[in-house]
Amino acid sequence: MADITITERQAGDVTILDLVGKVTIGEGSVALRTTIRRLLGEGKNKILLNLGGVGYIDSSGIGELVSSFTAVKKEGGVLKLLSLTQKIQDLLAITKLLTVFDTFDDEASALSSYN
Amino acid sequence: MRQLELPSRIESVEEAALAADEFAKSCGFGDEITFAVDLAVRESVANAVKHGNKFDDSKMVQMTMDDRAEGFEITVRDFGSGFSVDDIADPTDPENLLKTNGRGILFMRSFMDEVEWENPADGGLRVKMLKKR
Repeated sequence: MADITITERQAGDVTILDLVGKVTIGEGSVALRTTIRRLLGEGKNKILLNLGGVGYIDSSGIGELVSSFTAVKKEGGVLKLLSLTQKIQDLLAITKLLTVFDTFDDEASALSSYN
Repeated sequence: MRQLELPSRIESVEEAALAADEFAKSCGFGDEITFAVDLAVRESVANAVKHGNKFDDSKMVQMTMDDRAEGFEITVRDFGSGFSVDDIADPTDPENLLKTNGRGILFMRSFMDEVEWENPADGGLRVKMLKKR
C-alpha cells in the first residue's frame, strides 16, 4: 500500500492537494515532489497543501515541504499549508518553519488569501 | 533487550519503526513515549542508511532497544566513515531555514531526553538515545 494518497482539486486558480497518509523518506516524499513539479509544468503555481489527513511527517517530509515551497516560489507562485495537525505544527515550530509558511485552519480563509 | 540487523535500504526505516512501536507497546510505554521513540528511530535509521552506510548493501545497520529502569533506550549503529555532530549546521539558523535537509538530528534531540553519539574504535557511528518514563 502506498504511503500517501494525493488528490487534486481546483478552486478558481488555486490548486488544492489533499494529502492522506505519511510524508516520509522514500515514497511519500517522492510522490509530493512529483505532483508539485507536474503542477508547475502545467503552469499551476498557486498551490494549497491540505495536510489534515497526514498522520505523520519526518524530517525528509519536512524537507520536501521546503523544497516544494522554494520550487513554487521560483516559478512566481505561492504554496501555503492548510489544516496542520498538532504534531505537524509542533515539528514546524521546532524547525522554525512556521515563520516561513503561511498556514490556515480553514479552507475558505486559505483560498481568499491568494487574492 | 531486542536487537535488529537491517540492510542499508530505505525500507529498513519502516521496519525499524514498526519493531520499535511493537517493543514499546509490549513494554507498556504510553503514546507520548511511543511517538518520540518512533520519530527518533526513523531519523536515526534513515541517517545510518543514507549518510552512514550510504546505501551500501554490504553494510548493515544495527539497532538495539532496551526497557531500562530510566526509560526506553535505543542504539543505532552504522559502519560508515563516521562524522562529528558538531559539523552539522543549525537548521533553525535563518540562513539554513530553506535547506531541504539537516533536521533529523534536531528532531532526535527535541523528542528524546538524552542523545549521544560515539565513533566506535572499529569504525562507523553509534547513536544512543533515551526517552525517560
